[in-house]
Amino acid sequence: MNASKEQRRKERLDRGIKVRSESIYALMSWRELSYLFLPRFVLIGGLLMLPLVMPSMYWQRVISIVCIYALLALSFDFLAHYVGLVSLGGAFFIGTGSYIAAILNTSFGLSPIFTIPIATLLGAAICTVLLLPCLPLRGVYFAIVTLMYPLLFARVIEALDILGGTDGIMGIESFANRWMEQYFIIAMVLILLFGTRRLVNQDIGLVFRAVKDNDQSVRASGMSVTYYKSIAVFIAAAIGCLAGAYLVHLYMWAGLSTLALDFSILPIAATVIGGSGTLVGPVLGAFILVPISELLRAFGTLRIVFYALILLAFIIFRSEGIMVYGQRKYHQFEKWIKV
Amino acid sequence: MNTSTTPLLQIKEVTKAFGGIYALNEVSFDLHEGEILGIIGPNGSGKTTLVNCITGFIGLNAGEVLYEGKKISGKPPHKIADMGITRTFQIMRPYYSLPAYKNLVIPLFSPRAKRTGGWRGGGKLGDRNTVSIDILEELGFERESFVPYKMASNLPTGYLKRLELARCLALNPKVIICDEVFSGLSMSEIASMVPLVERLQMEGITLIMIEHRLRELFQVANRIMVLNFGEKLIEGTAEEVMADEKVKEAYFGSEEVEEVMAHA
Repeated sequence: MNASKEQRRKERLDRGIKVRSESIYALMSWRELSYLFLPRFVLIGGLLMLPLVMPSMYWQRVISIVCIYALLALSFDFLAHYVGLVSLGGAFFIGTGSYIAAILNTSFGLSPIFTIPIATLLGAAICTVLLLPCLPLRGVYFAIVTLMYPLLFARVIEALDILGGTDGIMGIESFANRWMEQYFIIAMVLILLFGTRRLVNQDIGLVFRAVKDNDQSVRASGMSVTYYKSIAVFIAAAIGCLAGAYLVHLYMWAGLSTLALDFSILPIAATVIGGSGTLVGPVLGAFILVPISELLRAFGTLRIVFYALILLAFIIFRSEGIMVYGQRKYHQFEKWIKV
Repeated sequence: MNTSTTPLLQIKEVTKAFGGIYALNEVSFDLHEGEILGIIGPNGSGKTTLVNCITGFIGLNAGEVLYEGKKISGKPPHKIADMGITRTFQIMRPYYSLPAYKNLVIPLFSPRAKRTGGWRGGGKLGDRNTVSIDILEELGFERESFVPYKMASNLPTGYLKRLELARCLALNPKVIICDEVFSGLSMSEIASMVPLVERLQMEGITLIMIEHRLRELFQVANRIMVLNFGEKLIEGTAEEVMADEKVKEAYFGSEEVEEVMAHA
């Protein structure tokens, strides 16, 4: 620290255009309208263009996987930041969703149009019921229980040789064509992203945030904390199960690897990189992390080293996350002022 | 105050022990509709434990709590709040990440508020944001200076205490148990709270007030109960309580009590 720096501090001021475009007057000028809608258009347009820009089979498959992780990251961020439940349940949700979709498809012959919605809702209901016992507790219990279930189920499937055992369930129907495959999941990411963003600002979303802030006050207000937590878990589990059901039809196979811990850990890394609490940040984080991990394949086992270094760099230098940083730069002036 | 009818709230030999130490030992009292009951006692005498027991935040070891003749002890806190018994917290528990008026949207979202329409709602609940700002304005959050829109984390203690009370009022309660709403406030802030409490009583809300500020409490309370080491010492009017030898002994050395006694 040099002496001159200590005499100054950074001042941040909202840009005039931000303040103006928050009210109804935004409708009166194109400049303010575009200020408001440009970031959204970039995101929506960018995601919709992605399969066209990268038409190769390999990269389209990567985009699909990225979208799965993006959904998981979204579900993690929603639970962790808006309800206060730190969930390691990515693998649990993906596993439940994918096995249900696989059974529905192979045993009952239902097409993906039916298996995906049924697996989403039924899977979310199963996950919620199984997680119900730890919902009245606070702290790390929820994280531990969500982590234990996939490990437990993987060993049960292996030991009892049910649901295809270690071979998994094969011969699952794929999507009609690869464009449908791509645009289905991209549309889902966009709908669920904007949907959850809207939800957390509704009155019920305020209750979720209140549960995180102070659950005793919510109890004193005549509302059951467990009930609202279970609704939130249902929503988050539904997002994860949807991703799981999609994964099954993408790979045409459901197996023990759908219960792998990657699905639990990577969304957290994506949330850290993207900026927790922004909902869009974790999605972007997934779009950065997963392709990086693919590009680093050329380095063989050193891949993990580079990956870890990138994560470390983000945590040390941009711990707030890309999205929080970006929003600040977009909405605010920064200048040094003398104290 | 009509003592001949069944009391609104009956506390019967409530006992709560924390690992062999009795926080409450067979405490019994009645609360009649429309009255203000003050509960005083030295630190650690079990006042807040009593609130927690009545509102269901902790379970009882023995005894029971009856509300309108029905047993409520053993029910979860949100059910008890839903029946109309609300409480404030001694250590304020606002939702710090939300603006003050959004703090009230949450109780207004509760089943009871939807049913009763919130404070003075008359069975119909309007737009939650509007209703919450109205309640806050009634409690002295100046709308002109945008106090209801401030983040709860930026509000001073006086407003947070009133926000606690507002959270109770949003449920349109029958009973409010105030756990030290006067403590930590300046004299002028208390002076503005006293008429508010009196107004609530006139509107038919029954109050239990736990206080250390005896002078202000004696102004508003109809009856006083004294707790000491988890046991009820005495119950009666302010003069009776202050004249009691056991109370003097329990409060021995407390300057404020001696001062109040000197006046009494």
